[in-house]
Amino acid sequence: MSDTAYSSEHAKSLPEGGMGNARDFFQLLKPRVMSLVIFTALVGIAAAPGGIHPVIAFTALLCIAVGAGASGALNMWYDADIDARMARTANRPIPAGRVTPSEAAGFGAILSVFSVMTMGVLVNWVAAALLAFTIFFYLVVYTMWLKRRTPQNIVIGGAAGAFPPMIGWAAVTGGVSLESAVLFLIIFMWTPPHFWALALFRNEDYRKVGVPMLPVVAGEKETRRQIMLYSLALVPVTLLPGIMGFAGALYTGATAALGAGFLAFAFRVWRTEAGPAQDKAAKGLFAYSILYLFLVFSLLLAEKMLGLEGIGALALVPGL
Amino acid sequence: MTEENDEGRRHEIETPHWTEEQLKKRRQRNLAIAWTLAGLIALFFVVTIVKLGGNVANRPI
Repeated sequence: MSDTAYSSEHAKSLPEGGMGNARDFFQLLKPRVMSLVIFTALVGIAAAPGGIHPVIAFTALLCIAVGAGASGALNMWYDADIDARMARTANRPIPAGRVTPSEAAGFGAILSVFSVMTMGVLVNWVAAALLAFTIFFYLVVYTMWLKRRTPQNIVIGGAAGAFPPMIGWAAVTGGVSLESAVLFLIIFMWTPPHFWALALFRNEDYRKVGVPMLPVVAGEKETRRQIMLYSLALVPVTLLPGIMGFAGALYTGATAALGAGFLAFAFRVWRTEAGPAQDKAAKGLFAYSILYLFLVFSLLLAEKMLGLEGIGALALVPGL
Repeated sequence: MTEENDEGRRHEIETPHWTEEQLKKRRQRNLAIAWTLAGLIALFFVVTIVKLGGNVANRPI
């Protein structure tokens, strides 16, 4: 054994952990993503038929939030190498050296198990199974398998972000239904135009680290076309709650207007040429897309709270 | 290198050399874990009461 291999200087240079404070660990949970997850899950709980005790509803939301946060921590553990090389993510706790990868992995794994088991014991096991599947999907299917391999990464991976309202619905009803699948579908169809708008103006970052986002692989023109196509598919899907009769006229009218706005932003992105104008249009769509999803789900929540759901509903599908 | 020296070095490496800052952060993390566990206990207690509801008093004496 050589002296250098065992010198104390060498030992001190190894990442030994213990440098993160509570806030660093909280950051591992991706609190901003978590807030949208909590909100859409809340709408899933509110929109579901039947009642749920507020304490059980709170417990379900807490489990969904912690489960989503845990998958965020596991994602940061696996992606620390590329996070370190992208401006947007370089200051995350692992690349910044405040938390070691193994600390993040342990933290994420423990929270995953706790959130799923707590959901199962205190709420119900269908919701727990969906939560476990969501964590698995985000970590294994999206982060490990698809993200670095295919430009369809966020199309399929988007499913992970679309599950929370379905889990909320299952927390109330103990099952999965067509209505909760529609809530899933709204977020699922919303994710590609939302993320590709981001990828358009963050193209260089993704290119540098070799993540095959659509603009990197297929070019910006094709990405703009795909954004338009997915937006055209998204808007009718958001009208399904009214057509199926679990949302009312307020929701349907306002969502149609918001959808027209979404299409206008997407159209602007589609028609611009590559360059600063395209970045500006993409940033506009990205910002609007967040507001859009928030408002669409807020409308469902507002109707439920005002007792307007089903009033003036198109209910074109009998029996639903 | 003698065997005794070698043992000395191993000892030096295996002893944790935590700085004041690290100790402070560990204390902070421990407190966060303690509060989380206390919250979890409270949650399980409240949910148990909610689930039992009026049946709390419904037992053979």
